[in-house]
Amino acid sequence: MRWTWRNLDSIGAALGEHVLLVGAALLLAAAVALPLGVLAARRPVLRAAAMGGSAVLYSVPTLALFALLVPLLGLGFRAALLALASYAMPVLLRAVVTGLEGVAPAVRDAADGMGLTARQKLWQVELPLALPSMLAGLRVAVATLVSAATVAAYIGGGGLGVLILTGLDQGHTEKILVGATLVCALALAADVALRRMQRA
Amino acid sequence: MIELRGVTKAWPGGAGVQALDLTVPEGTCCALIGPSGCGKTTTLRLVNRLVEPDAGSIRIAGQDALAQDPVQLRRGIGYVIQEGGLFPHRRVGANVAVVPALLGWDAARTRARVEEVLALVGLDPAVYRDRWPHQLSGGERQRVGVARALAADPPVLLLDEPFGAVDPLRRAQLQEEVLALLKRLRKTVLLVTHDVQEAVRLGDSVALMRAGRLVQHAPPAAMLARPADGFAADFLGADRALTRLGLFRISDAARDAATVPGEALPEATTLRDALSAMLERGVRALPVTEGGSLSLEALLASR
Ligand SMILES: Nc1ncnc2c1ncn2[C@@H]1O[C@H](COP(=O)(O)OP(=O)(O)O)[C@@H](O)[C@H]1O
Ligand SMILES: [Mg+2]
Repeated sequence: MRWTWRNLDSIGAALGEHVLLVGAALLLAAAVALPLGVLAARRPVLRAAAMGGSAVLYSVPTLALFALLVPLLGLGFRAALLALASYAMPVLLRAVVTGLEGVAPAVRDAADGMGLTARQKLWQVELPLALPSMLAGLRVAVATLVSAATVAAYIGGGGLGVLILTGLDQGHTEKILVGATLVCALALAADVALRRMQRA
Repeated sequence: MIELRGVTKAWPGGAGVQALDLTVPEGTCCALIGPSGCGKTTTLRLVNRLVEPDAGSIRIAGQDALAQDPVQLRRGIGYVIQEGGLFPHRRVGANVAVVPALLGWDAARTRARVEEVLALVGLDPAVYRDRWPHQLSGGERQRVGVARALAADPPVLLLDEPFGAVDPLRRAQLQEEVLALLKRLRKTVLLVTHDVQEAVRLGDSVALMRAGRLVQHAPPAAMLARPADGFAADFLGADRALTRLGLFRISDAARDAATVPGEALPEATTLRDALSAMLERGVRALPVTEGGSLSLEALLASR
């Protein structure tokens, strides 16, 4: 444990980087998935393309995706961020589309019939009703990202993966354990927090 | 008043509505009937422009509905559908307050109105206002649907099989109650139903449709007495004469002064039930609770 006590600040920095990577990737993914999902839920052709494309994207192994993106984006935080975002985006997109499609036709019809504008219907009726599905998608995305972000270390993205990677390199068991434990703890904490939100 | 003139809507698959002329005078209820797929729902949705016509004119309270902004138009028309369409994420009170909120009413006025309309449809506001839709029975949900449609006090209401999903035992009473309320409030109502009995009981007039066209539009008793063609006669049923007798009461028929034996029927009894009682008892005259008697001859003459 001596190493841990002496390196608390760099461990903290790695944890901070990890959280930042996951948070930023989530925001980026949501910024694409939400509008795209809203559009796709209304247009069958776009829906088919978006759902098909996202299934393919999500099925690519994490490391392979990172490797594929390196020639395009190079190394570093930005590359890792984009790779992670493109990994989470399909999950969120599916959740948005599924959630919106789950809104009962009678509820939409009533909303139209009472004189809600398309925008009012979206914000006051459709998105609130899609929220449970979107939160479920968010949980999956966060769990995926927390673990996928570990791999970001391979392309110089930073985060807790660096502890594990360098630990492995140096045969430094304590370092590996600290990194791995923190990744697990982060995943669990995020999941508990999101489950609370889902219930509320 | 609702006036449709030459209204036409073609769907890509065919059918739709063709050159429909239909007038529903102010304060009356027109019951739209016809076989499934004949265009009843399409006609209803043309009125609040959830469906846009290809041709024709639509006037509501004298105003050209097609010249108005559809969203504004709909805020002035009550709309009740079969499945209710309550917002599951809002409590009963908030559901009823949807249109007042869209119209920008203040909180106090909205709250008072929500209580008023819930009471009108027979739901105690103190009990129901804070319930969730999923905590209600089918009948209660439909009552809330009607309250929601009435909230902003629109002169015109569109009801699409509003109680079709309510169990049959309660349906008749609920229909009766709601239509009596709408009549009392002097609403102009277009009601879609596929049930002839319901249509003739609730409509001041009945509009019979077939394959997108209006076959006949007449008061219930007139339609039952003189169906326009073979299709109308078939649709109204072989027992249409009996259905028609059900529209009249003993008090509508000529009464004999003579007293006859047997259990007396109140004069609010329908002539259909009176005829049934005669058949059951094997008699040609029945005593009436309020005095005198009803003869078979008088019953037949009152047709
Ligand atoms: N949005 C639509 N798009 C295409 N066809 C439709 C649409 N709505 C209704 N139709 C068709 O129009 C016909 C009449 O439908 P509808 O008015 O719902 O009948 P009803 O209410 O009398 O059962 C049906 O054949 C139906 O398939
Ligand atoms: Mg219909």
